[in-house]
Amino acid sequence: MTVNDLTLKIAGEAGQGVESTGRGFTKALVRGGLFVFGLQDYHSRIRGGHNFYQIRVADHDLHSHNERVHLLLPMNKVAVDEHLREIVPQGGVVYDPALEPEGPLQGELDESALVARSVQAFPIPLLQIATEEGGSKVMANTAAIGAAAGLTGYDMEPISAVIRENFGKKGQEVVTANLKVATAAYNFAAEKYAAAFPFKLQRRDTAPRMLITGNEALALGAFMAGCQFVAGYPMTPGSPILEWFAAHSKEYGIVIKHAEDEIAAINMVIGAGHMGVRAMTPTSGGGFSLMVEALGLAGMVEVPIVVINVQRPGPATGHATRHEQGDLLFTLYAAQGEFLRVVLAPGTIEQCFEAGYRAFNLAERYQCPAIILSDAFLAHSPRALEQNALNLDVPIDRGALLSEEQLDRLTGRFKRFAVTETGVSPRAIPGHPQAVCAPSSDEHDEYGQICEDAAARIQQHGKRMQKLETARAEMKAPLRYGPPEADLTFLTWGSTIGPLQSAVEMLNQQGQSANIVQIMDIWPLPVGKVTTALQGAKKLISVEQNYGGQLATLVRAYTGIQVHGLINKYDGRPMSPEYILAHLKGVA
Amino acid sequence: MVDVKDYASPARPTWCTGCGNFGIWNAVKKALAETGLAPHEVMIISGIGCGSKFPDYTTANGLMTLHGRTLAVATGARLANHGLKVICTHGDGDGYGEGGNHFVSAVRRNIGIVDIVQNNRVYGLTKGQYSPTSPQGFVTKTSPQGAIEQMFHPLATALSVGGTFISRGWSGDIDHLTWLVKEALSHRGYALVDVLQPCVTFNRMYSYDWLRPRVYKLQEEPGYDTSDKVAASVKAQEWGDRIPIGILYRTKSQPAYEELVPALAAGPLVKQPLRNRPLSAYEVLKQEYL
Repeated sequence: MTVNDLTLKIAGEAGQGVESTGRGFTKALVRGGLFVFGLQDYHSRIRGGHNFYQIRVADHDLHSHNERVHLLLPMNKVAVDEHLREIVPQGGVVYDPALEPEGPLQGELDESALVARSVQAFPIPLLQIATEEGGSKVMANTAAIGAAAGLTGYDMEPISAVIRENFGKKGQEVVTANLKVATAAYNFAAEKYAAAFPFKLQRRDTAPRMLITGNEALALGAFMAGCQFVAGYPMTPGSPILEWFAAHSKEYGIVIKHAEDEIAAINMVIGAGHMGVRAMTPTSGGGFSLMVEALGLAGMVEVPIVVINVQRPGPATGHATRHEQGDLLFTLYAAQGEFLRVVLAPGTIEQCFEAGYRAFNLAERYQCPAIILSDAFLAHSPRALEQNALNLDVPIDRGALLSEEQLDRLTGRFKRFAVTETGVSPRAIPGHPQAVCAPSSDEHDEYGQICEDAAARIQQHGKRMQKLETARAEMKAPLRYGPPEADLTFLTWGSTIGPLQSAVEMLNQQGQSANIVQIMDIWPLPVGKVTTALQGAKKLISVEQNYGGQLATLVRAYTGIQVHGLINKYDGRPMSPEYILAHLKGVA
Repeated sequence: MVDVKDYASPARPTWCTGCGNFGIWNAVKKALAETGLAPHEVMIISGIGCGSKFPDYTTANGLMTLHGRTLAVATGARLANHGLKVICTHGDGDGYGEGGNHFVSAVRRNIGIVDIVQNNRVYGLTKGQYSPTSPQGFVTKTSPQGAIEQMFHPLATALSVGGTFISRGWSGDIDHLTWLVKEALSHRGYALVDVLQPCVTFNRMYSYDWLRPRVYKLQEEPGYDTSDKVAASVKAQEWGDRIPIGILYRTKSQPAYEELVPALAAGPLVKQPLRNRPLSAYEVLKQEYL
């Protein structure tokens, strides 16, 4: 028997309640003091298709999902066909023969396929329990949660608490009915099958933890940095950030604008940034592509803005709901001409929060666009997190922003783009009589006045590019995991760090020696710090969710260090630790 | 007292001698001074084009942006600080061509912007191509056999999507245009001031001599009621021998967008603190995830 080390998977069509059931159960696990990592997989459609919600549970913090499923809750036959091969020996399938009355789940499931893999079948009349105990078949999903809890011996109390919370708005009657259904299914599963199922869940007594996704942590970090203006156009997987700000806008005094398109969104953000407000736009790669010209405007008129690109597979529409890290090199060079942008690529929930506030500080310190490169896996995957892992007392640094008093003392015309050693010119919030200026997206002089002189071009372009070197010095060194010396060093970025960490832990447990270098401060690339981190590597493998190995390309271009191999994936599904280990054989 | 000279800039306009932009420039500066707005109390946002160089030739807060994106930038600026009077100056290509979606959206939003469109019915800075407001059949470098598209009617479009201040000026009558801009400055939401202006270099067809005898002032028309949408709809499409100028339609019943944004009830956004409550009060945000 194992305790608190299992993966549960709920799978079915869109519209069957896969997500709400998964989320409800995950919440009940976190409430019971367990660590979880959730993986969501869904199609770009409102009904049909095949979706799943996979919950890994443990007594320790989890970096990623894995490929070993212990309990499958299929809502249709397709779900069994799709996921049977993932189930471990002695694992089980909880299903209702009547859930798909017209289809193959009717009557007994073909158990021979399960038996061949030593997987146990646990038929439970979920619909019947829902109808008899609750009075409605829509409660079959509640029955499924109850059954899973009964089978694993989990405590009913956190399950009941989540049911009360989720159905509270619908009235006491609905709450009571659902509680009855869950309890009945719990008892049915516990009595009939629990003894045969060796994977158990036990409640732990701990301080309450959060269940939070990358998108939510990013929004929270940006908000705590004082982001007061968010404009965007809905695009999966970036829209939840816009929706987070919309949901909190009234209470916290944020202006949010669902714009007519992404071009408008980023230009609105530039307008707000020029006025002195901390402003941001979240999007995905397609929307980011539309924003590119305006990115150059922010670079030219030196307006601080924050752009979040939650990547998904491209080009064009690509895989709307899926995962890829294919926009790295594009993000670094997007827009005509040369100008400074800062690019941060968080890989964990904590790093999302950090990137959320650092982006604003960097944008204002260097008066440039700061881009956060997140990805769908990070955006969608909820993880249990200690509350103190996110310190809301985030530093706020507005850079060279002139105060009212400093402006009062200014004489003569305001030189908005005064040449300085760092390249950063003191900025003023428009509205003060001494701060009057009209910056131009044309090349301009120190006042912002349109100027086509070669000397002015050299002066101003040089000033702006100086900021690149000033900013580079501030960018942080790569993050390192594992022993300082190792036979194998992995290079990675973004959410791939999660599965890679799990893979490296497995390798080191097996007696090999491996470590990881993760680059979060992508641009300006801190070349010296990256070189230091990588130059001793005996064997260097880049692990990236793209075809070409974009980080490896970047690192080679700027440090001359070449990786010995690449583990990549571009099927829209995030890597698992098992995938990394399996593909390591081919490259190392 | 604000003097029109307060708006004078050390930069000299690069516009051609006789360009309609001079008239617009002088009327706007005059209207601002007469309204009592100082250069630091306004934000003049432009796009790219001859007329979009307006902020460069004017001492006032400004920003010269991208072709077509004028209204989007101005919308963000207005929402960030509705304490400043936000004015857009851009051409017909910028406003109605590249920026067409932003134009329709700005009108629908009724965002507090005075939108001055320098409408010379041609692309001047790129040296003579047809524009959205060029008439069908207009021969230019990109329409050698004559423009195939029908002419765009900005005032009719604005009216059809809920415009609350719809007007047309004419750069050849500075007094009338000054009055019109002042009226626009006093409007509560989005105010469209489409200004007919000759391009003396690239649009010889619609010259001062062509326009002057055709324009007539609506406020001199007996019985014209600026609150009558049906009458405005007729005037918005009147074009040819007689071209109406002045205010075609105005309503004060629709609040400006920024009046309806909850966060702005506490004053201009930029004046509000980045955090408006003690740090501990934010811990509740984490509780949403427990």
